[in-house]
Amino acid sequence: MIILANTVLNSFWVENSWIMEELLTATWETLYMVFISTALSYLFGLPLGVILVTTEAGHVLENKWVNRVLGVIVNATRSIPFIIFLILVIPLTRLIVGTPIGTVASMVPLTLAAIPFVARMVETSLKEIHWGLIEAAVSMGANAWQVITKVLLPEATPSIILGVAITTISLVGYSAMAGIVGGGGLGTLAYYQGYQRYESLVMWATVIVLILFVQCIQILGDKMAAKTINKRR
Amino acid sequence: MIEIKHLTKIYHTANQDILALDDVSLSVNRGEIFGIIGLSGAGKSTLIRCINMLEKPSQGSIIVDGQDVTALKQRELRAARQKIGIIFQQFNLLSSRTVFDNIMFPLEIAAVPGKEARDRVNQLLEMVGLTDKARVYPEQLSGGQKQRVGIARALANDPKVLLSDEATSALDPETTRSILKLLKDINRQLNLTILLITHDMNVIKQICDRVAVINNSKIEEVGDVLSIFTNPQTPTSQSFIKAIINKGDSEEYMQDLLKEHRGKFSKLIRVSFIGASAGDPIISSMIKKFDVDANILHGNIDRVKDVPFGHLTLELIGSQQGIIESMEYLKNSGLDIEVI
Repeated sequence: MIILANTVLNSFWVENSWIMEELLTATWETLYMVFISTALSYLFGLPLGVILVTTEAGHVLENKWVNRVLGVIVNATRSIPFIIFLILVIPLTRLIVGTPIGTVASMVPLTLAAIPFVARMVETSLKEIHWGLIEAAVSMGANAWQVITKVLLPEATPSIILGVAITTISLVGYSAMAGIVGGGGLGTLAYYQGYQRYESLVMWATVIVLILFVQCIQILGDKMAAKTINKRR
Repeated sequence: MIEIKHLTKIYHTANQDILALDDVSLSVNRGEIFGIIGLSGAGKSTLIRCINMLEKPSQGSIIVDGQDVTALKQRELRAARQKIGIIFQQFNLLSSRTVFDNIMFPLEIAAVPGKEARDRVNQLLEMVGLTDKARVYPEQLSGGQKQRVGIARALANDPKVLLSDEATSALDPETTRSILKLLKDINRQLNLTILLITHDMNVIKQICDRVAVINNSKIEEVGDVLSIFTNPQTPTSQSFIKAIINKGDSEEYMQDLLKEHRGKFSKLIRVSFIGASAGDPIISSMIKKFDVDANILHGNIDRVKDVPFGHLTLELIGSQQGIIESMEYLKNSGLDIEVI
């Protein structure tokens, strides 16, 4: 009886071992895509967020036109649904990467879509800072760069870290969408193997991996934000 | 040290123009503590913010140590601001920095070299009595300690002037006293000019040399603190003084007391005394001399910059002649008499 059960289980693993392999590869691809896209989107989105805040009326780099133009661009980009955005940027992806298919290619639309999102997140974080702190720095003779690097960014760090967690999680979702149009990663696996070939086991496995993924990112983000806050208490 | 000439500030809003300061002229001497008192909305906050150009004046000039701050270019203004210290009601300390690094902040802005800056911070920490809190974050400090850090930070670059924007308004009375004492000590030790704004006459009373009363965007009265206290000229200053000196003369209450003595002649008077006469036994000698009774209904004594002054509400009971002569006597002894 035990031998029979063992045999059944063994044959199950042998028959389905390809799932494990594919799952590992896909998970790695998703990780890779999401983390690099997040990093790149902050590389551009963080300065953009800072500019959005500091060019507002009365702020240290007040500039009505820069603020207005950037605001319009950010809003316009954010109003395009990601699935359409994916298709829209294909020519650009082809130009940069050489092909619109694969994990590296997916990073182009992912990063581009995340930049305005990140900019707004950073903007919100920076606006939480009590105005008196900025005024105090200005009244001590600080220039705009000093206000940004010594007041705005350090004071907003816990909030910015939470923003990174939210952005990363959103990018996990977007990366799955990218996967459907050939972007690789868990999205591709779930769609082509799980849905089109009726492998429900694959479908459920990807769902579980994604849940674990998102949980880990959120916990990590919360921990890191709490650490910076607790240090100050 | 600070010369404000015809300063006018108008805020333009979508619907209307608001006149926040109306042709204000003031002069603050080197080494003095000058107070500006006014109710909220009177314009005092705008006035102090114009001095370091956090607000841009609409008209007029502000000369700080010979330099017209309203005419400076951005770069020059930043340099000038390093020499105008300011402390705030809400302290405005950076939560991301320790006490030490908060005081270091203005030195970083002024690009003071590391070793020199650290020595300066240690010296300032000692001055405000927070050496043991150097590595602590502001959130762990009490209000009074936070303001001490604010003061140390404001003094870091050896300012010519210290501005105080309601610096004690968020503190309890005892902490307020200790912060005011610290400011006074600093004023004496460094001969630092301090300009403060407040809505609390107690602050003026405790540390200021001179005071300006601001109301409805205008300076109504300027003078040394003792003369404003003892002889306020405008309704605004009178109400500020009244708020802290309880004369205790509720009219109804006094009238009730008078009724009990019907039959005998009596008069209710308020005696005000300043300085030396406060120490003399004038009332008791009056009682003996004119054979009147003095019923003391209320009294208080106060100090303005170490000069005692006070009020006494008396009911004089006796013959009509005696009372008239008594009042004459009090007047001749240098007291102010007011019949209620």
